[in-house]
Amino acid sequence: MNWEVVIGLEIHTQLSTKSKLFSGAAVGFGAKPNTQTTLVDLGMPGALPVFNKEALRMAVMFGHAINAEIGMTSVFARKNYFYPDLPKGYQTSQMDHPIVGKGYLDVTLDDGTTSRVGITRAHLEEDAGKSLHEDYQGMTGIDLNRSSTPLLEIVSEPDIRSAKEAVAYVKMIHSIVTYLGICDGNMAEGSMRCDINLSLRPKGQQEYGTRTEIKNVNSFRFIEKAIYTEIERQADILEDGGRIIQETRLYDPEKNETRSMRSKEDANDYRYFPCPDLLPVVLTQEYVDDIKASLPELPSQKAARFQSDFSLSEYDASVLSSSRAMADYFETAYGVVKDAKLTANWVMGELSKLLNQDQLDVENSPVTANAFGELLVRVKDNTINGKTAKDVLQAMWQGEGSADDIIEAKGLKQVTDTGAIEAMIQSILDANAAQVEQYRASDEDKQKKMIGFFVGQVMKASKGKANPGMVNPILARMLKG
Amino acid sequence: MSIDKQDVQKIAHLARLALTEDDVDQYQHSLSSVLALVEQMQSVDTDGVEPLSNPLEMTQRLREDIVTEENRRDAFLANAPKTDAGLFLVPQVIE
Amino acid sequence: MFKQSISTLAQQLRNKEVSSVELTRLFLDRIQQIDPQLNSFITVSDELALQQAKAADERIASGNATSLTGIPIAHKDLFCTEGTLTTCGSKMLNNFIPPYESTVTSRIQQAGGVMLGKTNLDEFAMGSSNENSYYGAVKNPWNLDKVPGGSSGGSAAAIAAGLAVAATGTDTGGSIRQPASFCGITGLKPTYGRVSRFGMIAYASSLDQGGPMAKSAEDCAHMMQAMAGFDDKDSTSSDTLNDDYLANLNAPLTGLTIGLPKEYFGDGLDANVAKTITTAVKEFEKLGATIKDISLPNLQLSIPAYYVIAPSEASSNLSRFDGVRFGHRCEDPKDLIDMYTRSRAEGFGTEVQKRIMVGTYALSEGYYDAYYLKAQKIRRLIKEDFVNALKDVDVIMGPVAPTTAFGLGSKTSDPVAMYLEDIYTLSVNLAGIPAMSVPAGFVDGMPVGLQIMGNYFAEAKLLNIAHQYQQQTDWHLQTPTLPEGAQA
Repeated sequence: MNWEVVIGLEIHTQLSTKSKLFSGAAVGFGAKPNTQTTLVDLGMPGALPVFNKEALRMAVMFGHAINAEIGMTSVFARKNYFYPDLPKGYQTSQMDHPIVGKGYLDVTLDDGTTSRVGITRAHLEEDAGKSLHEDYQGMTGIDLNRSSTPLLEIVSEPDIRSAKEAVAYVKMIHSIVTYLGICDGNMAEGSMRCDINLSLRPKGQQEYGTRTEIKNVNSFRFIEKAIYTEIERQADILEDGGRIIQETRLYDPEKNETRSMRSKEDANDYRYFPCPDLLPVVLTQEYVDDIKASLPELPSQKAARFQSDFSLSEYDASVLSSSRAMADYFETAYGVVKDAKLTANWVMGELSKLLNQDQLDVENSPVTANAFGELLVRVKDNTINGKTAKDVLQAMWQGEGSADDIIEAKGLKQVTDTGAIEAMIQSILDANAAQVEQYRASDEDKQKKMIGFFVGQVMKASKGKANPGMVNPILARMLKG
Repeated sequence: MSIDKQDVQKIAHLARLALTEDDVDQYQHSLSSVLALVEQMQSVDTDGVEPLSNPLEMTQRLREDIVTEENRRDAFLANAPKTDAGLFLVPQVIE
Repeated sequence: MFKQSISTLAQQLRNKEVSSVELTRLFLDRIQQIDPQLNSFITVSDELALQQAKAADERIASGNATSLTGIPIAHKDLFCTEGTLTTCGSKMLNNFIPPYESTVTSRIQQAGGVMLGKTNLDEFAMGSSNENSYYGAVKNPWNLDKVPGGSSGGSAAAIAAGLAVAATGTDTGGSIRQPASFCGITGLKPTYGRVSRFGMIAYASSLDQGGPMAKSAEDCAHMMQAMAGFDDKDSTSSDTLNDDYLANLNAPLTGLTIGLPKEYFGDGLDANVAKTITTAVKEFEKLGATIKDISLPNLQLSIPAYYVIAPSEASSNLSRFDGVRFGHRCEDPKDLIDMYTRSRAEGFGTEVQKRIMVGTYALSEGYYDAYYLKAQKIRRLIKEDFVNALKDVDVIMGPVAPTTAFGLGSKTSDPVAMYLEDIYTLSVNLAGIPAMSVPAGFVDGMPVGLQIMGNYFAEAKLLNIAHQYQQQTDWHLQTPTLPEGAQA
């Protein structure tokens, strides 16, 4: 049968506040167990939560970025269940009145098509701690450093119809939250985690099939693979006449399969009710408008500007605006060389190649955007040719200094003195008299093919420093005799 | 409204309370009498009445995003029944 | 000495007629001698008390004492006290030494108050008789066969018996006022949000409120000066400016309008208690007040609304007692679920487990609207009753409880009957207004408390009214005679 996949995503985004959602403990990854906790995060008797101002601001920023209604009155509720890394026996979250209401994102796929993914809501909630299953005296260890870390849970509508679309959507959310500076986007450290709700239905059918939820997938690649393998699993069951069980599953990247999780709460009854220790969060229109006015440029806006201001192609503009760091790098380098096409080609070409090769993010590039721009200035003013520039960049990558220092030290300056080039060409022509004779005897077509030989000889003699733009016409003139 | 033994067992499970057979009998009786007491609410017309969560109907105050607490792990672990390597220990959790 | 007011003792301390160390020793000796009969303390913190007393003497000598400096005070054992056992009357917290100090106890400490120890209470403040304590029932100093009331029964009994000058209490549905009434002392439940809940082990967060218990309104005012006020650690703390609770104690009551709700004088009220209250109200007429009959039509609904809201919040608040980070853990749990269910079943008493289950049920899927949401709507009706009534009158008066203290064990078999006894106090918590219990006479040798209810943040007014009454009457000065010749 021909199945249609229906996907909805819940993305947990860790907000990059300094302190926790409800306490003054530091937020950070990799601290020693239980060293970043307070009475509040440990759920000590008598401890009370107070809400972090910055988390609120970040959530409202996100709301604006996805064209959403902002919840002018949002209410924290308690989600009650027992789990050892949930210290209070409830998670403080938002239920009926989230901070961000309905919004949407237009997602562009690799093939250039665009689809709109609805966002149901985004709400603030506290993270739980971590259970460490390594053997501690035959027991499980509980680290509550992560407890009460602020999360924004972004819930999409079941509008997604393919793995590719899901990944494009998550990438877009990733780029928005990092652009806004509200999340560091570090998926390996769990700063963004994705729950995938997935079901199949026969093509053309209106009603949804039974869905499963794949919990805590934390890379773009795993999201794509988890979706493919779950589609396959569900399709196999359905085609054998079986039924899908609504359950929570876990993706195992090593085996590339999803497997059923032993249910956290066999009868899920979370008994939500408004948290009596926290009061309704009421916003003024002025507060909401101020945040909107001070919103940084978003990826889609930046891409549009790159196209209109710099005449870049849609593809180039979208690649260069995909992350804020990349866009900033591009714009800084552009500011130095003032040639958008040249900068775009080099950022997307040589720079990306070197970054990939060393598995670095652009933020950690050993060559700063300014230094990169200075290199491009030397390409643009013909001090060096493209091939030499690649070598200079390589040297800069190794920390050998600025472009100018390297060009100077290695004597790579292109020869642009007409007299010097003529002299060089003359000695080549003298040394290859037979070929010159042959050239002069040939017709125009043949000559076009033969001139490459002489250019190559000149470049070789100049050790690549002769400006090819000058060599060609001079050579042609001198060959005519 | 009265509740049966199965209800009691379900509630006790949600609340994580181990009950003996005798306890179940006893709570079935006592919970039913509390529920009977609160049943009189149902006769009141509350259409259009907004629920009241906080008597003063204040709004949430905001805390500056600053780190105010230091590491006090040893003091916090001191009350725990079982710890090791700075962790709280619980019977093995199987996922 | 142990019968003196805070003002008098503060004067004597300043004049060096007595030192805080001497005063503290006197109270510690009395506790040792008398408390075995009453069981009002769970923990007596001798050493700490003497240390604090010594520091208080030094502070008094240096000339920057407050009126509480050097005064021996007891704390209800649900305020977290750093380094001192805090049990909440439960086996669950049998070994819990808080790593921090509650705002209330910390403020009293900063004012120079000396902590004698921690007083007994109904487990997690759930009860009206103090019989629900893992550490045993407290006895009423006026009659050892009777209950002191609850849940702040230990604090009330200790003050009545002269074992502490003043004490802290908490009131979720009457837990300061009813024991104050039963033990013949003065107690104030402030407006919700007036006293910080930080470090107060929660029963029902939207109803809980800490307050002072003492021999007189004036002493309660001294306590409020230290206890009350905004706390940025409690989101529900009000930033309304604090009144000076002492400044207007002596204001005359001429022109005061007192409302008497007919619902407070209906069926179920003991005739002699009714007579006592009526006599007390007449005293206010003499002081220049006008009496007006009023109605609080939804009073009866406060019982069901309370017994849904309080258990619901409690069921969630008490989930943190899971045997992981603090509190009781059962022996040799075989797995996680076994650890949870046995630790909690062993650690919590019957009444607590029952309320957790009622709350769990009321919040569960399919019942939320019919119970929790309905109760919150009724809560608004009850609040509106008070708001409307207080447009016409300055304060509302009535009894605190339908009867005087009842016999130990007389109501344990029928808890629901005991719930009904809270009829006059619950509505105040649901509305969040302040209210006091003031000694107003005796019935068959047992004290009767007059309840004075006021508008939001009218604590200073209530204290003024109670103080004026206590200038005309001496009910608050009566003390019980304890057996075996011990003078209370």
